[in-house]
Amino acid sequence: MDAEMTEQTSTTGPAGLVGVSTEPGSKKPDPIVVADNITRTFGGLTAVDVDHVEIQRGAITALIGPNGAGKTTFFNLLTGFDQPNSGSWTLDGKSLKGVAPYKVARLGMVRTFQLTKVLAKLTVIENMRLGATGQKGERFWAAPFKFLWGKQEDEVTKKADELLARFLLDKKREDFAGSLSGGQRKLLEMARALMVDPELVMLDEPMAGVNPALKQSLLGHVKSLRDEGRTVLFVEHDMDMVRDISDWVVVMAQGKIVAEGTPESVMADQRVIDAYLGAHHDTDLSELDEERLEAEVEAEIAQEEDAK
Amino acid sequence: MDILDILRAALQQALGPQAIVFALAAIGLNIHFGYTGLLNFGQAGFVAVGAYGLAVSVVTFGAPFWLGIVMSLVAPLVLAVILGVPTLRLRADYLAIVTIAAAEVLRFVFGSVEMKDTFGGSNGLNGFARPFQQANPYSSGIDLGIISFGRNDLWSLTVGWILVALCCVLVWALMRSPWGRVLRSIREDEDAVRSLGKNVFAYKMQALALGGVIGGLGGMFLALKQASVVPSDYSTLMTFYAFAALLLGGAARVMGPVIGSILFWFLIAGLGSFFSQSAGEGGWIPSVIMTDTQASVIRYIVLGLAIMLLMIFRPQGIFGDRREIAIDGR
Ligand SMILES: Nc1ncnc2c1ncn2[C@@H]1O[C@H](COP(=O)(O)OP(=O)(O)O)[C@@H](O)[C@H]1O
Ligand SMILES: [Mg+2]
Repeated sequence: MDAEMTEQTSTTGPAGLVGVSTEPGSKKPDPIVVADNITRTFGGLTAVDVDHVEIQRGAITALIGPNGAGKTTFFNLLTGFDQPNSGSWTLDGKSLKGVAPYKVARLGMVRTFQLTKVLAKLTVIENMRLGATGQKGERFWAAPFKFLWGKQEDEVTKKADELLARFLLDKKREDFAGSLSGGQRKLLEMARALMVDPELVMLDEPMAGVNPALKQSLLGHVKSLRDEGRTVLFVEHDMDMVRDISDWVVVMAQGKIVAEGTPESVMADQRVIDAYLGAHHDTDLSELDEERLEAEVEAEIAQEEDAK
Repeated sequence: MDILDILRAALQQALGPQAIVFALAAIGLNIHFGYTGLLNFGQAGFVAVGAYGLAVSVVTFGAPFWLGIVMSLVAPLVLAVILGVPTLRLRADYLAIVTIAAAEVLRFVFGSVEMKDTFGGSNGLNGFARPFQQANPYSSGIDLGIISFGRNDLWSLTVGWILVALCCVLVWALMRSPWGRVLRSIREDEDAVRSLGKNVFAYKMQALALGGVIGGLGGMFLALKQASVVPSDYSTLMTFYAFAALLLGGAARVMGPVIGSILFWFLIAGLGSFFSQSAGEGGWIPSVIMTDTQASVIRYIVLGLAIMLLMIFRPQGIFGDRREIAIDGR
């Protein structure tokens, strides 16, 4: 029994990632998601072309890559919001191929959107309540009779309020979600996803637009999800966040997985530097703007011309 | 000009059977459009199958009256499923196109010479409403001073307004529930609802069916009140009047469509009476400016203008919540 317990803890979660190969598509000791040969093309463009990838259960995995690498498309494919041209993938060993998005969510894989989707004309608390699963009052025949669902609604509300407090949105409880700022919407969307009680949370750029003061506490929340035993897969451009909280990093470029590994190893990986980070791996990538790049390119050209 | 006469005409219509038919049609549309965001431009079709469901069962197939009533509820349900299955998975505009087309197809089929034996052609069907008329408990009409209703109308109005009230209670009970919350969420962003594990298609189907059946109740009521069904009653105009009533009263509010319908008919009749008194022989508007025939249609122009102004200055309708409208979708 004891041996089993230790066996369990050593293969699940971040601990299981120790010594895992850093080749793209490497095997994980306890994968929650396994995807094979997933391709998705838009016209002539291959947006996603993933041979094999495994996501470790109970760990925080970051999915990074330049804009247009196919990260969002990959999220859409995994969660059923888009259909791949080919490929198969599983959650907990169960194939998700052709499974409708709402069923994917019920199976425990819940995602947020890069462009936040709050329900603008519902209040914050109503947004939260919607997330709860198995609500009796959501069935047509039971809906008119409050005594059938009132008690459950109270429980749902209690849970929602706890999450709102955790995400510092409790003051906005009765406001319309449409009146929230971009960062607050991100928070609301994440909190709402947690109402589903997902096993795997997939966050598409959760930090975009969140003010720096809040980022730190948000990082804490994401870590606490792992401590609760959930698995987190997130897309992020903020390298501080990636370095700070992720146990494992998967790098995508032009639809393919080009590298994976611990944050330290990935950031030192030549393939990653080539594909993505370039000379800027010490800087926050979200701060890279075109003007600076242009200035640098111009400087290089000038240097070359000087050399002639 | 007789102000009392104008008021009489307006009130008679505002409380009369037309207001009931359109209140029911608009309550249905409110579930579709106001709460769920479904663009149903064929509500007249649902009203029509409600009416014909009763009439055809009893007259053509000789079914008992009660079975006719049941069919009047079942027919819109079937129509909702037929229209919903292919379109509700698609973008919102497909439903609009399919419903408006379906409503017109139904009207032409009901009025067609080829199907005259079943649907009665352009003259429609009658002779199915006797049990309804026989159930009339009133011994005489009612005179409220300014307006009065005959015995038959009084009975129809009693039944009609009770139907409207029951539908309002049902909508109120449903929309405060988690089920109603899912509908309103679908209106806002259906992908968000999917991502939280809700079967969006099933909810849209339930909304389409419920709103259709309530519209069908309007048809059933109209059929019983007139003791006949005529295809020309169910033109696209009916759908757009119902939409006008809904927007006037305020979408996504329980009482919005009812108040809207009452107001709509109050204005139509009041303006009609006003202009017919004002123009032509003895009116204060010279016939150079407005003739008799022009006077009979000017009310639609004025009402259209009024709705436009309302949409500009009070887009939420009379009952709506300003704050809700002020929020942009993104
Ligand atoms: N619906 C679509 N239609 C056409 N092209 C698309 C569509 N969605 C994504 N793409 C293309 O696929 C590529 C990957 O996009 P995306 O997954 O959004 O990248 P990322 O999230 O990594 O920035 C981009 O080149 C994008 O233009
Ligand atoms: Mg993206």
